[in-house]
Amino acid sequence: MTSSRWNPYLVGALIGVLSIVTFTLADKPIGMSTAIAQASGACALPFAGAEGVAANPYWAKKAVPKWDYGTLFLLGSFLGALGSSLSSRSFKLGSVPSLWRDRFGPSVPKRLAAAFIGGAVIIYGARLADGCTSGHGISGSLQLAVSSWTFFIVLFLSGIVTAFALFHRGPSAGAR
Amino acid sequence: MTSLLAFITGSNLLWAGLCFGIVFGWLLHRGGVADYNVIVRQFLLQDFTVLKVMFTAIVVGGVGVWVLHGQGLTNFHIKPAALLAVVLGAVLFGIGMVVYGYCPGTGVAAIGTGRLDALVGFFGMIAGAAAYALSYDWVADHILPVADLGKKRLPDLASFPEWVWYAGLVVMAACVFALVARVEKVRAAFSQNP
Repeated sequence: MTSSRWNPYLVGALIGVLSIVTFTLADKPIGMSTAIAQASGACALPFAGAEGVAANPYWAKKAVPKWDYGTLFLLGSFLGALGSSLSSRSFKLGSVPSLWRDRFGPSVPKRLAAAFIGGAVIIYGARLADGCTSGHGISGSLQLAVSSWTFFIVLFLSGIVTAFALFHRGPSAGAR
Repeated sequence: MTSLLAFITGSNLLWAGLCFGIVFGWLLHRGGVADYNVIVRQFLLQDFTVLKVMFTAIVVGGVGVWVLHGQGLTNFHIKPAALLAVVLGAVLFGIGMVVYGYCPGTGVAAIGTGRLDALVGFFGMIAGAAAYALSYDWVADHILPVADLGKKRLPDLASFPEWVWYAGLVVMAACVFALVARVEKVRAAFSQNP
């Protein structure tokens, strides 16, 4: 697992270079959560019908469900991580991360339920803030956007409070 | 101006999105940030990989995009500082990121590494995004207009020259990295000889 890891500063620098390339060549910042909102519109098609989805102002204007640059970027991110993990022999099926298991036990349904709820909460927040760790955290912050630095700082504070509330069990549990 | 700047257009843009996405996903995995433990330990202040990756990307990308923007070679894409929405959204995001254990990008990457919890959480994200779309009218009326400063950048808030802000960004990142290195050194010494 560790052997597949590169130096985090190197990876960060390469993501920075990738940002420069996408800004310059495609006029697009790196982002992910808009594409997930577009995908949600596509998933709503069987329930709401094409007219129903088109009648929603968000899916009609802000996150139109179609294959475009952003949704293909999302698909590419999946494929890139798949290729990287397969080629470094670190691909491994699993549902319950070790940190979660140590704290909440080995139950798979419990972990999957939490992941589903957490995923719903995170994307609602990302859409409300109009960006995620990619769109605000990296792309917005690197342009010195007021919205993005606000997002970055509040996200970290919220995450730290949540993580300590859920996982911290006194000083002896730390640092490993 | 925009049409001159986007060198890649039309259907080529779709392929570019796919290729850039593959590079991004590859980097997220190699950086170790498509890993539940790494992300949650960042918020427990036990592992600083996420901060290292993000801050380096911000500094390198920030200076690069700023220089190219100065040459007229790229546009800025600033999201509006609708502060109530951004703050509420970021609070929810922080909670969700610890419970899910990934952010949207690293979650998609984690599916590619075989994490089934990331996949189920992706369906949760689809549901959450649908909930946002269904509540969008109300949000647009009641949340988005509150404390909206518009598409502002930090240099718009105080009249320093742009380069001062970027120099400040580089210095701040250097200080954060030095602090993190010191914390890691102390912890390593402590765990060997408590």
